Amino acid sequence: MSGVEIPVRVTEIEQATPTIRRFRLARTDGGTLPPFAAGSHVVVLMPADGRTIRNAYSLVDRAEDGSSYRIGVLRTQESRGGSRFMHENVVVGSELRITMPVNLFPLFLPGRRHLLVAGGIGITPIYAMAEALRRTGADYQIHYAVRGEAHGAFITELRERHGDRLRLYRNDRQEILAMSDILPNQPLGTHLYVCGPAGMIEAVLEEGRAAGWPAENLHSERFQAPPSGNPFSVRLARAGITCEVRCDQSLLEALEAAGVDAPFLCRGGACGQCAVDVCEADGELIHNDHYLTPAERAAGKKIMLCVSRLAGRELVLDL
Amino acid sequence: MTLHFKKESFRDDFTFSNSREAIRRFPFPFEKDEYMYSVNIEQHMPGPAKSPFEFPIDIDEHYVAEMHDRALVLKEDPGRCQSLPHMITAEWDLVELLMESMAKHYPEHFQLTRDGDAWHWINRPLGIDQRFTFGDTATLPHPPMEYITRQCQGDFALLDQRLGNLWMDSGMITGQADWSLDFDIGMNFMEWHAPVPLAKDMGVFERALKFLLNLQQGRPVRRLNWTMTINPRLDTSPENYDKWGRDRTTVTPENVGDKVHLRVELQAMWRLPRSNAIVFSIRAYMISMNELVTVPKWARRFHRVLRDVRGELAEYKGLSRYRDTTVAWLARYDDGAPTSPGFAPD
Repeated sequence: MSGVEIPVRVTEIEQATPTIRRFRLARTDGGTLPPFAAGSHVVVLMPADGRTIRNAYSLVDRAEDGSSYRIGVLRTQESRGGSRFMHENVVVGSELRITMPVNLFPLFLPGRRHLLVAGGIGITPIYAMAEALRRTGADYQIHYAVRGEAHGAFITELRERHGDRLRLYRNDRQEILAMSDILPNQPLGTHLYVCGPAGMIEAVLEEGRAAGWPAENLHSERFQAPPSGNPFSVRLARAGITCEVRCDQSLLEALEAAGVDAPFLCRGGACGQCAVDVCEADGELIHNDHYLTPAERAAGKKIMLCVSRLAGRELVLDL
Repeated sequence: MTLHFKKESFRDDFTFSNSREAIRRFPFPFEKDEYMYSVNIEQHMPGPAKSPFEFPIDIDEHYVAEMHDRALVLKEDPGRCQSLPHMITAEWDLVELLMESMAKHYPEHFQLTRDGDAWHWINRPLGIDQRFTFGDTATLPHPPMEYITRQCQGDFALLDQRLGNLWMDSGMITGQADWSLDFDIGMNFMEWHAPVPLAKDMGVFERALKFLLNLQQGRPVRRLNWTMTINPRLDTSPENYDKWGRDRTTVTPENVGDKVHLRVELQAMWRLPRSNAIVFSIRAYMISMNELVTVPKWARRFHRVLRDVRGELAEYKGLSRYRDTTVAWLARYDDGAPTSPGFAPD
């Protein structure tokens, strides 16, 4: 259900900022990796002790000859294991697996102008989008907020490629990325894309809406790490399997640990691929996704395995 | 696999016919004795040897003649091939998909050599030897989609994905069953399917769209669709309705076997890598009633399907004028015996 997996080897690691490492991944068989559309991510499968950690990372770029991809990984404070594993256990030569690229953050190709807004690690998909726009001769601007020069892993490369299309906002110099400066006077057909910390994304979208921009012209990508919660038990009505979901595990991870090949694409509550029918819920469904509609949530008939949970005793799924 | 390409026509004197092998490999679309819409999508996995599903792109004995017919259509009406400017990356994706697949599976006929962006394409059946720079439209005699689809059987639509919908923003449509790219271009999935009866109320399109939006690279899917055509005419377009519409009134009990054709579309869909677009290919196979009844199971089953198909569907597919005559003719080949499950001949 999870699709094609590609074995890769880490060929280069770069400490790009105090908290971000960039990894270059090449196929272990030396073959070429598929081209990808800007905004795509892959899920990296990490062999941690006794379990597989799966995290989605946006693709930064693909080598000209197709031999490697680059991803950027932020060391998060509240790491559930994935980013810590990438920072502490992965070395040059480490072998990992990745899924085929999936794009849940595509460019709106017919757009007349593209405003790319990134904060911190949010630059990874934006970097690829800017490159695609540069290559097609599109009209675009990059607005990139960083803590300081040392925190902008991508600043030098972006400057070389995009010149004065890049606007940099350095927190250490009290430079503020103010949407009130960016949103006005854009031509009709302008599209805005934002990726960064959740608070930043919300603020940018809110200001866009308040400025009268149509929702269709505002794009964002939010990968939600699965929130922890109280443990509960899950039973698969058709497969006849019962297992426990630990407090630090997602429902999807618990099913995978039990050997169930459950459907997923983004593992971040965005794509809807892992939505399954709920047969019974002895407790309250805690929906943490960005996919189900308010009506679907209220109906309580569906749950997304990757980020949502049960506050209660047992959940019975139609699997 | 070495193919022998037939010299035949899909217009005027209609010399198209199927060899015995082509009849055996015909993608008969009914697995039961009745038909109703469903979201009949499955993985486009390699199928049995010599079947139309053996390879991702199926090339058969009609290849050269079909490409000649396409060229004639385009000469009369260049609007059958259209592409909005933002689809250029998807066009190149399609060049790669088709050239790679044709060269890999039919190496006697097609050859592709890649050295970075310097590509060399040889198409022996059509006598083409082309060197070009991948990504540089100026190095091909036609825009990329037009170039490669003038050399590949089947109609092709390129669908852009945005705003949670698919948009028909590009296509090469010369052998269609009564729909128009010129009319549909720029429409979204729900808009271009709006004329289809019944299916909308069944929620078929919502489910199909949701499925396609998550279509993954490297995991293409396919479905079969069907209609009927009077005379083996590929170009049954609204643009040329004056040329073929009246054919429907010419069916008599004496000529059903020759004139009436079952037309099956093998529709395959791929996620394209660079553009995130979807290519929707519509590969049409035609079989005359005389050819069809050489397979007893298909004769029995098609008689029952056509007899019982709902009125709205028959009307939408344009079968109403000749359905009764054809059912009466097919009845001679249906002894009422049970048919085995599945598509294949017994």
